[in-house]
Amino acid sequence: MRTQNDPYISKDASILEPRLQLETERTFSGFAFDTAADFYYDGVLDDALIDLRRASVSYSPFDFMDIRMGRQILTWGTGDMIFINDLFPKDWQAFFIGRDVEYLKAPSDALKTSFFTDWFNVDVVYTPQFDNDRYIRGERLSYWSDALGRRAGESDPVIVNKPDDWFQNDEAALRIYRTIASYEVALYGYRGYWKSMAGQDPLSGAALFPPLSAYGASVRGSVGPGIGNLELGYYDSEDDSHGDNPFIRNSEFRFLAGYEQELAKNLTGAVQYYLEAMMDYGAYRNTLPAGIRPHDENRYVLTFRLTRLLFDQDLTLSYFTYYSPSDQDAYMRFNAHYKVTDALAVEAGANWFLGREENTFFGQFEKNTNVYAAVRYSF
Amino acid sequence: MKPIVLVIATVTLMFSVTFAAFSQDAPSADEIVAKANHAAYYQGKSGRADVKMTITDSQNRTREREFTILRKNMDEKDQEQRFFVYFNSPADVRKMVFMVWKHIGQDDDRWLYLPDLDLVKRIAASDKRTSFVGSTFFYEDVSGRNPALDTHELVETTDVYYVLKSTPKDAKGVEFAYYKTWIHKETFIPVQTMYYDESGKEYRKYTALAVEPVDGIQTVVKGQMEDLRSGTTTVNEYANVKYNLDFPDDIFSERYLRKPPREYLR
Repeated sequence: MRTQNDPYISKDASILEPRLQLETERTFSGFAFDTAADFYYDGVLDDALIDLRRASVSYSPFDFMDIRMGRQILTWGTGDMIFINDLFPKDWQAFFIGRDVEYLKAPSDALKTSFFTDWFNVDVVYTPQFDNDRYIRGERLSYWSDALGRRAGESDPVIVNKPDDWFQNDEAALRIYRTIASYEVALYGYRGYWKSMAGQDPLSGAALFPPLSAYGASVRGSVGPGIGNLELGYYDSEDDSHGDNPFIRNSEFRFLAGYEQELAKNLTGAVQYYLEAMMDYGAYRNTLPAGIRPHDENRYVLTFRLTRLLFDQDLTLSYFTYYSPSDQDAYMRFNAHYKVTDALAVEAGANWFLGREENTFFGQFEKNTNVYAAVRYSF
Repeated sequence: MKPIVLVIATVTLMFSVTFAAFSQDAPSADEIVAKANHAAYYQGKSGRADVKMTITDSQNRTREREFTILRKNMDEKDQEQRFFVYFNSPADVRKMVFMVWKHIGQDDDRWLYLPDLDLVKRIAASDKRTSFVGSTFFYEDVSGRNPALDTHELVETTDVYYVLKSTPKDAKGVEFAYYKTWIHKETFIPVQTMYYDESGKEYRKYTALAVEPVDGIQTVVKGQMEDLRSGTTTVNEYANVKYNLDFPDDIFSERYLRKPPREYLR
């Protein structure tokens, strides 16, 4: 349920859906077939839908090589709910309305090839047709629109010009990694497009997914009594290499440092510091059309996580918050998950957005604060 | 002078008798513990088992977990080990993998693989005496407690058992004041372990319920942990136990978290 009146969204419910997930796994002479499909009725948009989450075949042609082809969920990198070098599609809408956290990752239609050697391992993911994030479109959650100069909602259709030619508008992602004395070290590369809208066609007004290349590195391992991680990335916005195109997002440097520790029995705490720094801020400010509210040069975000397990670990209480001192906004996630039996779980939670400005990353969703409840039967 | 010589001779004699008695009948407490540790956690170079875990609370409500454990010893000193725990049920944890690189003298490295997100997570937990997957077994009961953390004394020798009393060297971070272990004299299998609180009261009890030879190695195929305070009991049944499987070291790596090694899991 939405907890506030929003002039741009008429519905009271943010999520209302019975959902059935079926999965199968079959192995046939070395080939493993993996399928999972969600069948659900979306009560908010009044639509019956099928979301094919996974449909892939994997095979190991050599001892040192694995291949997985088809629809698959892909994840790498070290952040907790923050992604720098993981440029696989996300579903922020599912995340913001309280669907199970597994739905934060949207599937890719891709070929993943992995090579394993004694020195390092390599993953190459080729996506023949660009898979964008499942972005906020206004029909369920309202958001800030630079073009409209206000928040946009269900009566503001999003016109999107998405690069979608097979083998032309493709994506390639690379990871080279190894473990050195239980420290996991990785280098990353990506060539494709901004995963969410990061530009606008000045003539048609259509939102764009401009070309993007990214390069990065990460390390993760034990630090004192806990686990620490560092990750950085450079986002090269190729259509705006000097930062002076006001209709295309600037290049950025991104940095993340995190630490997680067990604070007491069945209680874990974690903190992260995350930075997005615009590369050509002077050019951005000089070319920004009048009337558009400028973003800060540096956006930084702190995250905190607390997880408490109770009653023989049947009850999980979790609290996760993003807080940005630079944007002066925050997003808090509360969740209580109780396993009534091995098969039956109930959960309740809240997604609480706060912000001083209407155009900041979390502040734009302020009117979309919601509470939710779910029952899950697994078989 | 005579009495002194006699005294010395008597003392010498007593020492040699005592020494002989120990070397023939009873090894030292530390030797027993080392052999028991080997018998319980380090048999063979590697091993696998399908585990069915049944947790029953005081109101007779039950929960079940089924998982396969792969284990490999990384040295011959009964120290470094690697574990791969693949969950089959309940349905909400199916295909999850818990991987441990066990170390002696420093925290273990632990990973969890969440298949729905294709996410390889590092686990920060350093407390080894918390429940393993919600059962009455602790993480440390499954992976083994480092014998060097306790002082062991042989308090009784029966026809069948060595009875040892073990006291933590550092009482912080453990919930017991001491524990006693009944170790079978021939197989060195710990058949019962009783944990005591500060007032000397029993509150936690492990019992090996069934032992069978597997590949010539005496193996616990059914074990039980009782929490005497809450009344919750967990029974572990081990099936398809095999030893000395030839799996490569890289089974215990990110590659196989994402793509489980089926030939060893079934």
